[in-house]
Formats: sequence, C-alpha cells, structure tokens
Amino acid sequence: MTSITADHHGDHVHEHHDADHKPAFFQRWFMSTNHKDIGTLYLIFAIIAGIIGGAISGLMRAELAQPGIQYLQTWAQFSDGPDATLDQAYHLWNVLITAHGLIMVFFMVMPAMIGGFGNWFVPIMIGAPDMAFPRMNNISFWLLIPAFALLLGSTFFPGGTGNGAGTGWTVYAPLSTSGSAGPAVDMAILSLHIAGASSILGAINFITTILNMRAPGMTLHKMPLFVWSVLVTAFLLLLALPVLAAAITMLLTDRNFGTTFYDAAGGGDPELYQHLFWFFGHPEVYIMILPGFGIVSQIVSTFSRKPVFGYLGMAYAMVAIGVVGFVVWAHHMFTTGMSVNVKMYFTAATMVIAVPTGIKIFSWIATIWGGSISFKTPMVWSLGFIFLFTVGGVTGVVLANGGVDDVLHDTYYVVAHFHYVLSLGAVFGLFAGFYYWFPKMSGRMYNEFLGHLHFWVFFAGVNILFFPMHFLGLSGMPRRYPDYPEAFAYWNKVASHGYEIMAVGMLIFFVNLIWSLAAGKKAEGNPWGEGATTLEWTLTSPPPFHQFETLPVID
Amino acid sequence: MRKLKSLVLAGLLAFAPTLAMNSPALAQDNAAVAAPAANDTAAAADSASNATAPAAAEAAPAATVAAPARMKPTPGIGMPMPGEISLQKQFSPTGHTARWLHDVLLLPIIFAISILVLILMIYAMWKFRRSANPIPSKTSHNTLIEVIWTVVPVVILLAIAVPSIGLLADQYKPAPKDALTVKVTGYQWYWGYEYPDNGVPEFVSNMLPRDKAEANGEPYLLAPDNRLVLPVGRPIKLIITGADVIHSFAVPSLWVKMDAVPGRLNEKSFTIEKPGVYYGQCSELCGARHGFMPIAIEALEPAQFDQWVLSQGGKLNKGEAPANAAAAATAEAAPADGEKKI
Repeated sequence: MTSITADHHGDHVHEHHDADHKPAFFQRWFMSTNHKDIGTLYLIFAIIAGIIGGAISGLMRAELAQPGIQYLQTWAQFSDGPDATLDQAYHLWNVLITAHGLIMVFFMVMPAMIGGFGNWFVPIMIGAPDMAFPRMNNISFWLLIPAFALLLGSTFFPGGTGNGAGTGWTVYAPLSTSGSAGPAVDMAILSLHIAGASSILGAINFITTILNMRAPGMTLHKMPLFVWSVLVTAFLLLLALPVLAAAITMLLTDRNFGTTFYDAAGGGDPELYQHLFWFFGHPEVYIMILPGFGIVSQIVSTFSRKPVFGYLGMAYAMVAIGVVGFVVWAHHMFTTGMSVNVKMYFTAATMVIAVPTGIKIFSWIATIWGGSISFKTPMVWSLGFIFLFTVGGVTGVVLANGGVDDVLHDTYYVVAHFHYVLSLGAVFGLFAGFYYWFPKMSGRMYNEFLGHLHFWVFFAGVNILFFPMHFLGLSGMPRRYPDYPEAFAYWNKVASHGYEIMAVGMLIFFVNLIWSLAAGKKAEGNPWGEGATTLEWTLTSPPPFHQFETLPVID
Repeated sequence: MRKLKSLVLAGLLAFAPTLAMNSPALAQDNAAVAAPAANDTAAAADSASNATAPAAAEAAPAATVAAPARMKPTPGIGMPMPGEISLQKQFSPTGHTARWLHDVLLLPIIFAISILVLILMIYAMWKFRRSANPIPSKTSHNTLIEVIWTVVPVVILLAIAVPSIGLLADQYKPAPKDALTVKVTGYQWYWGYEYPDNGVPEFVSNMLPRDKAEANGEPYLLAPDNRLVLPVGRPIKLIITGADVIHSFAVPSLWVKMDAVPGRLNEKSFTIEKPGVYYGQCSELCGARHGFMPIAIEALEPAQFDQWVLSQGGKLNKGEAPANAAAAATAEAAPADGEKKI
C-alpha cells in the first residue's frame, strides 16, 4: 500500500443527492443495512459495555485495596438478598471476575475493534460501497444485545453458592457443571453461544467483503494493514469460535442432559474442556490484538508521513501470528499434568510467536525512523501501544517457559501479562483508533489538549495499576482471590490507586467525547495531511451515507 | 423480583431441563460433601495431635509416640514478604535451577529488550520530530535489517529454549524408587493428605481462623490447622487429585504447582532442602472459598519425620535405615503400631 491515490471526483457531484438520503430514525438505527451506522451502533454498544466492565473492575480494586473483606458482603445483599452469607459474598467475587472478563472480551474489545472500526473502515479502505451482506451485518450486531442481556441477567439467578455465574471467564468444568447448580451458568453459556454466532456471521461478512469487493486495482498486497489485520482476525474467528461453541454445548449437555463429556466418572475428562476452550481461547487473544496492530500501523504511518516499513513483512507477520496462534493453546495448561514432551513442544512453539511479533515492533520503529513525526493524540496512543505491548510481550516469553510457569501460573503475574497486552495493548489501540477516526466518523475534531491529557493520565494510571501485579505474581499471589495475606497488601494498595488515576483518565475521555460531539471544530475530509493515504481520507467528514457509488480506481 | 424470575423462566424453554435437573444435582452434591465430611471427623482424632501441643498427642489413644512440636514459621522463608518484588526464596533443587533461569537469563533479556525498544523509540521521536525533520525519508524496505531483526530474536529464543527445555526435563523426571509417596486430594474447600507408604490415613487440612493463626504466630490466610508433614532431603512424590472440582496444589518456595483434577492422578516430585514451614495457596478457581484453602508443608529432619509418622499411628517402611539413634529408638515401637493398623 505504498501510495494509494484515488480518483473519484464523481462522488462530490452526487454527494447531495441519493448518497445522503437517510432513512427515518427507527429504520435507520434498528433496521440498518449501512455499514457505517452499524459500526456506530457497535461502538456505542462497546462503550456502554466498557463502562460496565470497567466499573466492575473498580469494585474489585476497591475490595482488594486492603486485606480483609470490606465491601463484598454489602454488595452481596444486592445480588443475594439481605441475609447474604459470607460464602455468597465470596461467590459474588467470582461472579465479578467472571463478568469483568467476559464483558471486556466479548462485549467491549471485540465489538469495538471488529464490529466498530472494522465495519466503519474496512469497506471504505478497500473502496467498497458497503459490506457484502448488509442484513447479516445487522443481525450480527443485534445478536449481541440478547447475549449481553443474558450475561447481565445471569447475575440474578442461582449459580451454585450464590446468585450469578462464578466460574471465571474460562468456564472450566467441573466447576461449571457439577460445581454450579442453577440457571446462571446456563445463561452465561447461552450468552457466549449467541455472541459467538454474532462473531461468526461478522467474520463471514468480512472475509467475503475483503476477498470480493475490493475496488479495481486494490490487490491484496495493496490493502491497508488495518484491512489485512481484520482479514486475518476474521479467519481466526471463523476457525476458533465453532470450537468454543462445541465445547460449551457439551458443557450444556453435561449440565442438563446427563452426558459426561467432562466428567471422569462417566468416562469423560475435565481437561478435554480445557483443550477445547484454549484451542479457541488462544486465537481469541490474537483476535483481540490483531486489529489493534492494524490500527497502529495506519496511525504510525500517517503521523510519520512515511509508508509503513516492510509492508509485506508486516502483513505476513500477522498471518504467521494467526497460524502459529492455533498451535500453542496448551501453554495455558502447563500445570494440568500434561506429559513432559507435550510441555516441551508447547514451550518451544509459544516462543516462536515472539519472532513475528518482534518483526512488527521493529517495523513500527523503522516506520517512524526517518519520518516527520507530529505528535497528535492518535500518535501518542500508538507510541504508547508499541512500548507497552512490548512489555506485555516479553513477560509472555517468560510465561512461555513451561518450567518457569510452574510458579507463575494462575498468579498475578499472568494477570499483569495479559492486562499489558490487552488493557494496555488492545485498549490503547482502541483509543488510538478512536481519536484517529473520530473526525471522520463524527465530522468534528476532538480536543487535542484533552486527548493528550487523557493519554498521560491513563498511561500513568494503568502502569501504576498493572505493573505492581508482576511483583505480586512473582511473590506468589494467586489470581481470583477476594482476600490475601498481609504480605501482599502493599502492592495491592498501589494498584488500587492506579485504578483511581486511570478512572480520572476515563473521565477526561468522556468529557472530551461529549464536548467534541457537541461543539468540536468541523473536521475537513483529511485532517491529518499528506501522511493519511488510505481511502477514508478522500471522503468528506463524515462520509456520505453511501460512499463510492462510482468505484475508486487504485493505481 | 420473584414474579420477574418466573416470567423469564417460563419464557425460556431452554431452562426447563436445567430446573428439572436441579434437585438431583443438588442431591449428588450433598452426597459428595458427605463422604469427605465423614472422613473429616475420622481424621480429626488423628490430626489433632499434629495441630495442638504434644500434651494433647499423648492423650490421643492411637499414638504412643509424641508428635514433634509444631514448627514455628520463619519470616521470609516459605512465605511472601511485604513489598517483595521478586520470586520467593527457593528450597528445592529444581527451584534453584528455575529461579536461576528466571533471574539470570529471562529477566535481563526481557529488560534489555524493553529498554532497547524504549531507547530506539525515544531517540526516533526526538530526532525525527516534524520541527527537526520536515521532509520524511521515503525508505520503506531494507532487506538486511529485516533479516537481522528476524534472525537475532530467533537466536535469543534458542538461547532461552535450551535451558528451559532442560529445566522441564529435570522437573518432570520420574521420582526414584525410594521416594516418599503422599496422596494429596483437593476438596471444596480444604486439602486432604494421605501417606500410603506409611499407613497414615487421610487427614484434612482446613484454614485457621484469624485469631488462631495470629495466636500461633502464623500468617492468616496462609496457615491451615494440619500441615502436610514431609521429610527433608528425601525425594517426595505427590500424587495429586481433586474430589469435586479442579483445585491446584501450589507451594511457591518449592517451585511446586500441580492441578488437582477429578478423575486424574497427577504426579509431582521434588526434594526439600531445609527444614521449615512452606506456605502455598490453591491456584485454580474452585468456587466460593477458593481463596481460603491454604497449604502448608512442614519439612522435618528424617528422624523427626519418622517420629511424626509414628505419632500418627503410621509405620516405618522395612529396609529404610533409621536416620539416627533417636529414630531407631522410636522405630522399635513402630511394628506394634503398624500391625494394629493392618
């Protein structure tokens, strides 16, 4: 995609005719077939889910701020009634960790990255008028609503010791089968089923769109890296989610129809579930981060005014990450009692992923090298992404070692690692993309000062929040604990303060968002200047309701 | 709320089977709990001697030998320390190797990589800021540098992989024949320990409440009533399983973590180098009281360990040389005890 120039002055002529004819409110937002409107719905959904998921982590950090149980019993009265027992309070803790994980993965990061930015910009970037299956696109989004409602609703139904599903986002059997009586876990599983179906439909849509609807001249090797990232992600979704669906369907039948897929007493094996889950779960982490890679590539190139360094290497590094991501799943299971040979294989295979990831990190640096860098908000978020993702990546190399994992597995070290790659990686990618495309999507500029302030406060907050978790993990604090020995008090206190700082950062973001939507400066078609070479910047801001009625020609 | 619940439930056919299954599922649960509970009371008499003062042990009818006094934990050994930023001090050979791998090999490498990336970024951000470099270069390829940053990481990873694979091989070497076998069972929410080699029946280990832990001078949430007592210097083979859901038996200062999976017997072998109390916590989400089923290993000199075995009504294995004279003296009392058991 070294230099894409598009010629479609035709658009300006038609702009005020059919292209901008919008349907009435209900039809437009509830029966939408427009990729941009559906993208907007996804983004709104992700922001709401993010607020809920983030608030839950706030509850958890409040409880963990000091040793002892401070608030859980009070909160348990809301979910389990006025005479909630201590065990129900502990169960509520498990419900919180489960909800936080599932919401952030399935209802925040994925909808925002793939549903939101993917929908908005994949068709535009390849010069297509819309997605290949606009109605399927609509159902993909609307399936998320019942899925989310089921998950949130499960909190009010019995799930074993107390109300709600307290199985962890991994839903391991037999805790999720014989260990959790009551409909809460069934609801959570059904929620995953529906969200999974939504994602599979979305993936089919993206693959079809990208493979069939590229504008004349837009070869695969000229596609912007964001489109590449969504293409790889869509394949991962398509291959991984059916496995999850199979795994949790067997959970359902084990729970309700007396099968014993995961019950040793009937010839099954609890570890079968883990293998199936992580066969989905590991590609899932790349599903969450790959679109972030794509976004960061676009932004780094735009604000350095340089084409992405090693474009082909970047594209195929993502393909390699996607492929290798499917054969490393059992590094999540080093302590389950696998044979030593299996562990050796998964140790070695996991480390291989560091190579394409390294290529990406160094290529980003090489992209800014020699560039003419302007530090607009999206760029500082992207630079933050590159460094913090590196930090999260290297702790991944530590955890990849099966022998070392014996002591770090299921401790806060793991929590620190995946929050560095997700909360500081994927989320930084999301914010970078949000600021980058906000003028295009809304037609208004965000406030640059507030954007920078948001970055710095958030950057400080999440690092103070998550870095000490490495220390907690090294000294042995296990995950998913509502209370801990005195020795862990210090770093937990620090982490909770980090959350407070991060929350202030989020407040700044929402102020910026509301202010910019209401009173932001009108954005030009291309507010970023000559570095922005992808097709979305050739359109007005916001783009016409239907773009590219005459297809652009790429040379 | 009740009305709402019934409405929703009525509407969702999918849940009908769930509801139907609820009562049998609960009944099963109760049965599962009842079994270990019975065990619990039976074991309580046995283990009381271990938990309380030697005086109490003498009162226990089964024991003719007093259990060694309950060992006091040493701060900083076998437990996390306030404000600690590194791995716990290690007391097993694999622990030393693994800690070496982490501290000497991995940590410097990951620091170096992170700092290299940071320096490159800061330098480029400064040198190529728009005011200093208004005209961007057009370079977008450089095969040599791309080969370098592919090959160098491969070499670094190989340098990590070789000792790492070696460590795995070491850690999971099967235990030698003379290893002491102990069966560890995870329950919701306590641990059970059984010594098949010595005929010590299963006893259970529950978390001490705050006042008792503090009275004992032990860390609350880490201290259980009955400890897993093991000898120093002798290979130990733990056979680990779960009774209800998956738990994980973990002791960070011995570099031990192994899941307790229902229907599986996982094996973990290690050797403890020094007498002491080594704490750990359940490390796989296992339900409401997941955070409240701690583990403590009390490592004793072999002679004292033998004494403990006898105090529990166990027998010493034939062919096992008594560690010293004191042990030999107590060992004489052993056969009678052992026969009684059989």
